[in-house]
Amino acid sequence: MPMELTQSRMQKIWIPIDHRPSLPRRRYRACGPQLTNSPTVIVMVGLPARGKTYMSKKLTRYLNWIGVPTKVFNVGEYRREVVKEFSSYSFFHPDNEEAMKVRKQCALAALRDVQLYLKEEGGQIAVFDATNTTKERRDMVLDFAKENDFKVFFIESVCDDPSVVASNIMEVKLSSPDYRDCSSAEAMEDFMKRIDCYQVNYQPLDPDNHDRDLSLIKVLDVGRRFLVNRVQDYIQSRIVYYLMNIHVQPRTIYLCRHGESEYNVLGRIGGDSGLSIRGKKFSVALCKFLEEQNLKDLKIWTSQLKRTIQTAEALKLPYEQWKALNEIDAGVCEEMTYEEIKETYPEEYALRDQDKYYYRYPTGESYQDLVQRLEPVIMELERQENVLVICHQAVMRCLLAYFLDKSADEMPYLKCPLHTVLKLTPVAYGCRVESIYLNVEAVNTHRERSEEAKKGPNPLMRRNSVTPLASPEPTKKPRINSFEEHTASTSTSLPSCLPRENLNLNNSQNQF
Amino acid sequence: MSDLQSQRAPQEGLRVCVTNCPTLIVMVGLPARGKTYISKKLTRYLNWIGVPTREFNVGQYRRDLVKTYRSFEFFLPDNEEGLKIRKQCAEAALRDVRRFLSEEGGHVAVFDATNTTRERRETIFKFGEENGYKTFFVESVCVDPDVIAANIVQVKLGSPDYIDCGNDEATEDFMNRIECYKNSYETLDENLDKDLSYIKIMDVGRSYLVNRVMDHIQSRIVYYLMNIHVTPRSIYLCRHGESELNLKGRIGGDTGLSPRGKEFAKSLAQFINDQNIKDLKVWTSQMKRTIQTAEALGVPYEQWKVLNEIDAGVCEEMTYEEIQEHHPLEFALRDQDKYRYRYPKGESYEDLVQRLEPVIMELERQENVLVICHQAVMRCLLAYFLDKTAEQLPYLKCPLHTVLKLTPVAYGCKLESIFLNVEAVNTHRDRPENVDISRPPEEALVTVPAHQ
Repeated sequence: MPMELTQSRMQKIWIPIDHRPSLPRRRYRACGPQLTNSPTVIVMVGLPARGKTYMSKKLTRYLNWIGVPTKVFNVGEYRREVVKEFSSYSFFHPDNEEAMKVRKQCALAALRDVQLYLKEEGGQIAVFDATNTTKERRDMVLDFAKENDFKVFFIESVCDDPSVVASNIMEVKLSSPDYRDCSSAEAMEDFMKRIDCYQVNYQPLDPDNHDRDLSLIKVLDVGRRFLVNRVQDYIQSRIVYYLMNIHVQPRTIYLCRHGESEYNVLGRIGGDSGLSIRGKKFSVALCKFLEEQNLKDLKIWTSQLKRTIQTAEALKLPYEQWKALNEIDAGVCEEMTYEEIKETYPEEYALRDQDKYYYRYPTGESYQDLVQRLEPVIMELERQENVLVICHQAVMRCLLAYFLDKSADEMPYLKCPLHTVLKLTPVAYGCRVESIYLNVEAVNTHRERSEEAKKGPNPLMRRNSVTPLASPEPTKKPRINSFEEHTASTSTSLPSCLPRENLNLNNSQNQF
Repeated sequence: MSDLQSQRAPQEGLRVCVTNCPTLIVMVGLPARGKTYISKKLTRYLNWIGVPTREFNVGQYRRDLVKTYRSFEFFLPDNEEGLKIRKQCAEAALRDVRRFLSEEGGHVAVFDATNTTRERRETIFKFGEENGYKTFFVESVCVDPDVIAANIVQVKLGSPDYIDCGNDEATEDFMNRIECYKNSYETLDENLDKDLSYIKIMDVGRSYLVNRVMDHIQSRIVYYLMNIHVTPRSIYLCRHGESELNLKGRIGGDTGLSPRGKEFAKSLAQFINDQNIKDLKVWTSQMKRTIQTAEALGVPYEQWKVLNEIDAGVCEEMTYEEIQEHHPLEFALRDQDKYRYRYPKGESYEDLVQRLEPVIMELERQENVLVICHQAVMRCLLAYFLDKTAEQLPYLKCPLHTVLKLTPVAYGCKLESIFLNVEAVNTHRDRPENVDISRPPEEALVTVPAHQ
């Protein structure tokens, strides 16, 4: 047994030359622990307007970004597909037998899609987003999971603060398709009655007794308090940690690159050069911009490379340096121009264009490695309020992909030009982006997808299981057979429970 | 954790609490609930990730004051003499806490005592407020008699308090001691204590109640506490087999195993087999030499990039002689502060620790694991388990072809070192006496181990 190894050309992973079929197939993660083999169903629990969908979507976005294929199954959307016209809260009245039947069918349809996603479509986690407020309903889901060998993790949101509930209704319910033809006041009144319909039969999770053996987290009062029971594995522990770090305080995140550097001007990648004259001008402009933003308690973060620190210095405010924010390590290609790389390492040059996300520079890093490196930054960004992150092109693309729910495929081609600040504000279920160019000229460092890359990835290439995906479009087809013939709509847009103005969300029409 | 530039808010007036104010962790719980176990482990973890932390065990203060322990009657709630002494001890401990946090640069103090009454906790909370500390309570609640009995056996019978007692006598006395606290025990309450920041750990981690986490460090503490467990297991640490570059005395790089290194890999396979370990997980780095080593085991393994050897930047693949020749200043600086020294375009041990933190966290979650890694990486991991300081860490001995078996026991870790009987070069370079930047080359190279 010679222990002969070869290094994969794209990801620079060492693998044995003779593929012994007896050993289980290894999945090369950039970040450690093997995913458990059983997929997990996350079951949301709670009255309407308690933030279940907010948490579902946010959690899904996070899990996909760290490379865990996750998808939300929102039962309300299934219901909207089947019941074309929403009449009023009386649909949700517990005595409305016809409606109860429909609602149950929708839940079952959603679960069938969960099964498909986890068993046949490569999904690892399915988020079953519905009220699930009765033991009976939860038992049904538990049975379903048991039959399919899925793990189950419950996330319950409990909140009795009327102002929070009212504010949620305003933020995301009034603009729901259900209330398309209503005034705000009418919608609010109807929704409150809708909540009452559920309240009557609400059986919260009871980890002290009945639900002692379930894995769950109860989120109380929008994160003031948590009850956690029987965390089973790594991914559940990450989910708990994530949920405990997010908050809903309004705040803004500013992302920008360092000012134009000497190397930028020379067309050289990487390195640790200082700012060019224009780069210094940008820093001054950035300082002025921040003053105008008039922010409360802005935190400023930089990398440990000279160019971001020089930029921050001009702001004359305290800042923190994070090594984790350093630019992607180009290994043997550090400080070269693209022409030099093409000449000296033509194969590497081509490989990178073929699959820019997975490609690792020899003795350097890949975007995939960057995501792993940046995860603690994302976690801390979630904890914080107003933050300005002065970083680098590849790093900024990774962070932006997290906030805008971009896939691994799109991430390395996101446009993050020099001297442009991206202002991100959480709103409804997503993030509003404003792009502010600070009016100081700079070179363009963006390389578009090459013709090679557009041909698509090499099917023979070994994939690592860490692949940020954009949160998949919700499955809308109800697959219910027992109804009036209708053709399931093939709408692919997101639920329009969002303010009418142009939001840049998972929408490919946005500028990125 | 970001490397904060140490900016602490000036202690002025009523000590306004800015982001970097010190944290006072207050343990709560009946005796034998794992408070000291948690205190020590948490302290070890926080120090390892670079947060200066110290624990203050009030029982220890009591033992220092009351030379001989007689019986549980000392702890009776109506024993006025006993109460007086215990209060004095708590106050003495708090004075030391204040000195540590406000004068000695400590960031976190763990106040380890029962703190079972609301009154006692209010006193401590006020103390925290007066001094500008954030207070975080950690309560351990457990009613399982088996767990309590096991705790008593593990750590109480061997306590100085019971040095002259038989085990049965000691156990009986200790159970009576616990009774003394029970009547006045006021657990952290959902309503009465709703404004406090705390975590309540139930049944050794089956469930947790977390209230009002205020900042980054508290969030990290909660995450850590939720990932540790007490199930018996062993962690095996070793380096890859001897590599081609090892033979030549060169650092870093990504070479394969030497013939002796391959021998070692086979011996390791045999060793693992003989140990007969249940459900062993095997982890390697993404460098050829650790993977080659793992391949010999014939079991599934996981590659972690973060387990890669320290990046020596411009010094990669050089011998120490070459480093002395081409970068004498760097070489001297490294000897001056090996922990913090960062190779140009490379890393420091300090960077390594930050990089390895997720590995430690996952090691805490796991049970039996074998980690096949590298010299600097192994030093960092070992320092965590054996509670070594930043000064000691870079000089820990981690020779090739030697497996270190770590088994948690009582408040620490039992360490067994098993040399697998395959010769290898020595790669350990001790700190030379002369670390001055103007030192002559011979003095710089005096501790370099032999190589081809």
